[in-house]
Amino acid sequence: MDVNKNSYTFLFATAMVVVVAASLSFVATNLKPFQATNLEQEKMQSILSSIQIQVERSEAPKAFEIYIKEAIVLQESEAVEGQDAFSIDLAKEIRKPDEKRLSPLYIAEKEGEIYYIIPLQGNGLWGPIWGYVSLKEDINTVYGATFDHKAETPGLGAEINTPVFEDQFKGKQMLDSNLSFVGIDVRKGDASSEYEVDGISGGTITSDGVEAMILDCVKGYVPFLKTYSGAIATALLITE
Amino acid sequence: MADVLEKKEEANELLIDRQPKEPLLSKKNRKLLNDPLNDNNPITVQVLGICSALAITVKLYPALVMSISVLFVMAAGNVIVSLMRNFIPNRIRIIVQLVVVASLVALVDQVLKAFVYDVSKELSVFVGLIITNCIIMGRLEAFALGNTVWKSFLDGIGNAFGYAWILLAVAFFRELLGSGTLFGFQVIPDAWYLANGGFYSNNGFMLLPPMALITVGIIIWVQRARNTKLIEE
Repeated sequence: MDVNKNSYTFLFATAMVVVVAASLSFVATNLKPFQATNLEQEKMQSILSSIQIQVERSEAPKAFEIYIKEAIVLQESEAVEGQDAFSIDLAKEIRKPDEKRLSPLYIAEKEGEIYYIIPLQGNGLWGPIWGYVSLKEDINTVYGATFDHKAETPGLGAEINTPVFEDQFKGKQMLDSNLSFVGIDVRKGDASSEYEVDGISGGTITSDGVEAMILDCVKGYVPFLKTYSGAIATALLITE
Repeated sequence: MADVLEKKEEANELLIDRQPKEPLLSKKNRKLLNDPLNDNNPITVQVLGICSALAITVKLYPALVMSISVLFVMAAGNVIVSLMRNFIPNRIRIIVQLVVVASLVALVDQVLKAFVYDVSKELSVFVGLIITNCIIMGRLEAFALGNTVWKSFLDGIGNAFGYAWILLAVAFFRELLGSGTLFGFQVIPDAWYLANGGFYSNNGFMLLPPMALITVGIIIWVQRARNTKLIEE
């Protein structure tokens, strides 16, 4: 057999591609459930870490059950039925117009206090960035925040998932003195007021991405929380 | 006497004729395993695969996982290419090798994501970059294409171990001096640290890529000082 004939070369290449594609998709399909579990656990882990609960990934589902009392989905600042908050793909939702966007909200209770956890999703320099920010019962003060990214530059933009950056958000405020939503300014140096945090040197675009992400993702929740936070609190405390 | 000689000659002829089976670990085959560990080390002698040696040697554990992944890809890649060596059309052989390596790496990546998720996050892009690890393509092209399956397997294992021990040696020093831990366990006593009134502090520079290069350099230096075969005229 002449292995250098053109027809053979084409045949070989075609067969190779088919075999490789089939075997890889077989493996990928079979491992999918394991990978999905990992991602789910990681999501729970970061949701918990936004209310300052650090757990191992494998422990996350258990802790999630304990602390997260309620998960609801909002559309146009009203709760909608029949949606599973946890499985909503925020990356898709943020591309929809405001009135169609589904926004998950987690309500956590820790040591007798109620916290509202808002998922965030936005764009960094190289790819998506996301995170969770938790608000105290006053719907204004940040209790904790956690961020992550897909492909930001290590040492620069990638620093948004370090405690040094995340811890700055604790105690910051989202509403101005008239109680209208202003978000948090991720600044280039000199962050002094309760509405500002220091950005990352060399990671300006990622820092701006965090700021824009907070503005964009949190604003829809504010009217809802203003209206219903009292009711949520009583409801949760009654079920205790 | 002449009788015996004749028989011997006959036997010799037979030997040449039939090329009797080499023992599995003959001297030649052992050389395939041993050579890459020292005399022909892919990192310190051939200076291949440096990129990953710099990137994932901050801690021992990722270095170990990377080594195991490379071991798998290298051994399996060598075996597969060697099995196909008589069927691969010459003109697309590099593409075929690339496809073999890339699909093995995709496989490793999927397995890591499923079973050691945290490590796979830490290795992130470097698993994908195994594809571009020149050691692997180098061995496929230079060895597996022209040798039998068993020899190619040994060659793959040998080179992967040659890669692995350098990786682990570099990671050992970087983790020990940079973080005071080994495999994540504290080995430098707490009381030694300046913060606790001691005299010691971790060297943060060890965690940065330049120190990986310098550590590899020191290993090459020590190796060349001890192994006279490597000293060029």
